[in-house]
Amino acid sequence: MTAAVAISLSVNGERVEANVLPRLNLADFLREHLKLTGTHVGCEHGVCGACTVRVNGDIVRSCLMLAVQTHNATVETIEGLSDSGEIADLQSAFRERNALQCGFCTPGMLMAAHDLLKQSPSLDREQIREHLSGNYCRCTGYQAIVDAIETTARARSGRLP
Amino acid sequence: MTSARANPEMLSALDRPGSYIGKTVPRPNLDRLMQGRGLYVSDIELPRMAHVVFLRSPHAHAKINGIEASTAKQMPGVIAVVSGRELSTVITPWVGVLSHLKGLKSAPQSAIAVDRVCWQGEAVAAVVASSRAQAEDAAELVSIEYEELDAVTDMRTALDPATAVIHASLGDNLAFERNHDAGAVDQAFAESDEVVEADFVFGRHTGVTLEPRAVVADWNAAEARLTIYQGTQAPHMVQNIAALHLGLKESQVRVVCKDVGGSFGIKVHIYADEMATYALSKLLRRPVKFVADRVESFNTDIHARDHRCKGKIGVNRDGTITAFEIDDLTGIGPYSMYPRTSAIEANQVVNLVGGPYATRNYRARARVVFQNKNVMCQYRAVGHPIACSVTEGLVDMAAMKIGMDPIEIRRRNLIADNAYPCASPSGLRFEQLSHHAALAKLTGMMDYDALRVEQAALRTRNIHRGIGIASFIEVTNPSAAFYGVGGAKISSQDGVAVRLDAQGSVICQTSITEQGQGSESLTAQIVGSVLGVSMDRVRVILGDTDNTPYGGGTWASRGAGIGGEAALQATKVLRKNILDVAAAILQAAPGELDIVNNAVVNAADSAPRIELGELARIVYFRPDTLPPGIQAELMAARHFVPREYPFAFTNGIQASWLEVDIDTGFVKLLKHWVVEDCGTIINPQLVDEQIRGGVVQGLGAALFEKCVYDERGQLTNANMADYLVPMSGEMPDIDVGHVVSPTMESELGAKGAGEAGTAGAAAAVTNAVNDALRPFGTIITEIPLTPQVVLTALGRI
Ligand code: FES
Ligand code: FES
Repeated sequence: MTAAVAISLSVNGERVEANVLPRLNLADFLREHLKLTGTHVGCEHGVCGACTVRVNGDIVRSCLMLAVQTHNATVETIEGLSDSGEIADLQSAFRERNALQCGFCTPGMLMAAHDLLKQSPSLDREQIREHLSGNYCRCTGYQAIVDAIETTARARSGRLP
Repeated sequence: MTSARANPEMLSALDRPGSYIGKTVPRPNLDRLMQGRGLYVSDIELPRMAHVVFLRSPHAHAKINGIEASTAKQMPGVIAVVSGRELSTVITPWVGVLSHLKGLKSAPQSAIAVDRVCWQGEAVAAVVASSRAQAEDAAELVSIEYEELDAVTDMRTALDPATAVIHASLGDNLAFERNHDAGAVDQAFAESDEVVEADFVFGRHTGVTLEPRAVVADWNAAEARLTIYQGTQAPHMVQNIAALHLGLKESQVRVVCKDVGGSFGIKVHIYADEMATYALSKLLRRPVKFVADRVESFNTDIHARDHRCKGKIGVNRDGTITAFEIDDLTGIGPYSMYPRTSAIEANQVVNLVGGPYATRNYRARARVVFQNKNVMCQYRAVGHPIACSVTEGLVDMAAMKIGMDPIEIRRRNLIADNAYPCASPSGLRFEQLSHHAALAKLTGMMDYDALRVEQAALRTRNIHRGIGIASFIEVTNPSAAFYGVGGAKISSQDGVAVRLDAQGSVICQTSITEQGQGSESLTAQIVGSVLGVSMDRVRVILGDTDNTPYGGGTWASRGAGIGGEAALQATKVLRKNILDVAAAILQAAPGELDIVNNAVVNAADSAPRIELGELARIVYFRPDTLPPGIQAELMAARHFVPREYPFAFTNGIQASWLEVDIDTGFVKLLKHWVVEDCGTIINPQLVDEQIRGGVVQGLGAALFEKCVYDERGQLTNANMADYLVPMSGEMPDIDVGHVVSPTMESELGAKGAGEAGTAGAAAAVTNAVNDALRPFGTIITEIPLTPQVVLTALGRI
């Protein structure tokens, strides 16, 4: 078996040094080594989006990325974005609109939605639906999620609901 | 329409000032889930915890001639490699039958296969190691020698004499058959102006909970106690079954259910690999964790539907429906599931076909056969989508045949809103339904007539849009008639204990469970409203057999109706107890006092008398100051189960508006409407979201979802990329409306809403597609409506 590799990275603003096997994916590294269990694993093959995290500012599917690839990188998870308050408005919109049921898709959904809102702040419903198609939700039927994101988009761009 | 209660006095507990009943309030504890601080079973870690990986059969049917694991056992981290035979020393096999399903038979099933595997994916051996990766590495070195046997895969030939019998001891492959005959069916067909027949085909699909099934079992040999952490909908059922098969008392088993990543009926059963995990923990005397990977989920989470149903309807030229007849066939895999059995879905189809309509003539046959595929069992809206699609498909075909509008034929045949109570020809008893009010509301919401005009205009431009309508009934609030009478130890009652803490907050323990529906919220809303305290003072505890009253859990749309009523009754008692002690403290009569906004007040003028926190302080810390003989009881428990009606039926109607691309066969959903009647609505937003989520699961079944097996019993699309579930871009906005007919069986009046969406969505879509294809003279009666199915029907491929 290949030996463990030393990596050094920033996770939610904290310095992390670890020895990981080359085959370990980022999702498992975050969950099992760092106990950041807010990153969820739904499919393990890049389809469902539950494992979405931010690496160097871009969202990635952490089940498709190896932990060793994050050497020297900046990784942010739902725990980090929550503690910093960066997505507080989006979370509040999700709460008001009941845009989550079981909540298993939610961390990935918030990650993806926030990224989308940053890139294009003035989206319509169709565009939101289109862009979120890589994030599966089996509970809500999506409408409440789309509503919550639309509300946040309006608020962020200073438009009234 | 809001119907008035027979006894307005009864509403007082809910209609109090500041009541949360009927209000949209955010669910408590959502922040935990939104911040990634939930605790799903897959997140749980215990000291000394080992991980199990199951080796699963690659064959649909085979003898196991040998298991060679000596190399695997030497691998780093490996704790044990366990075969089915070895595990059978700690856990007994089971047979998934219930006595009220007459004639249902099944064969003994083991936690891990012994000697023979009966479907692709059945566990053959368990590898337990310190980490999952180590267990997976070792599993690759276990070699199993199989001898392939004939696989029974096609349900249509499962009963042929030439087909191999899967379990020789059962004599044939027939698990269950039910026949029903009511009224004068043959005469009705003979006298009908028209008779229409069709064959309906339903794909096999599965729940795809976003969190796969997971369990952590922790046998503590020193305590002689097993703690099971599992995302189950029915903790007490799991406790009973685990104890039964491990030779323990129920008091030796605790089931803890924290956050659950989706359930939909998938997590209401007990799976062989879960039983194996409990047994491995006992065998190895340490915590063992099993988390299914996605391929395992597809191969082992129960599948559902997969019915082929012949249907027949008689109709007169005035639109009167004269009779329904069905012949349903379904294949359930090699075993009837445990403990709820796999005959319930077919049984429900027989119960529900024709259910919304007034005709008295109905004949049905349902046959349930064994096959070498994954097990099938109850998934959200059990049987309803089949029954609804068959019924509503036939009704539309009858309307087409006599040239009547689909709305009009329903108007002429739906049971009248003033005809209740009444019974269906299959024997279902309806307390109060509202089909006509729902129909009227739906046509208004969708502006039916305008939509027909738009449809006609678009036709001229070669754009083919369709409108599909589907009325339905839904089984909710099941009594003991569902499982208990058949001998299953599955509670139909639920219990709630509620107490005032020492600072005047409320702790409420309930036996219903939470998987995102909002059980916690509705319980807090009821407790807060009845007691007169704000919701943020109510903490709800659920999902722990050590710390909640005994009860059924959350399934079959029962949480709000049954658990909610228990909460209401328990809180009424607590309220009375509080007022009694308040009266003693204040030297008033209890009847002069009330509780409003966290304080005891004068009933007459609402003047504050004593804060609940102060009252609790006196009761808990200065009882010496209370008058002699006063013992305060600031805790109360009550249970509830419906006794009058076996089920609280609800009803509703759905409509779909969609466009079919006749060149590509793609169906684009444009809009969906639902009107449903779940009785008293506790939280409108939660009800609407249950409906929407349910509709989308039904839309998945209608358009995409299908477990594709080849003729050798191999599941060929066992991953999320190939088994398609609805994505946001494909789903329409869904408008939801309500009619409110509370059940009089409870003071709360709530019925269930969790499955209504799934019940009728596929029928509405199929009818809409056929409406769109009307000019092409073709009718499709098969789901999922893939482009291939559509193009084949159009004769284009
Ligand atoms: S777990 Fe990574 S995309 Fe599904
Ligand atoms: S809320 Fe359950 S999967 Fe989205």
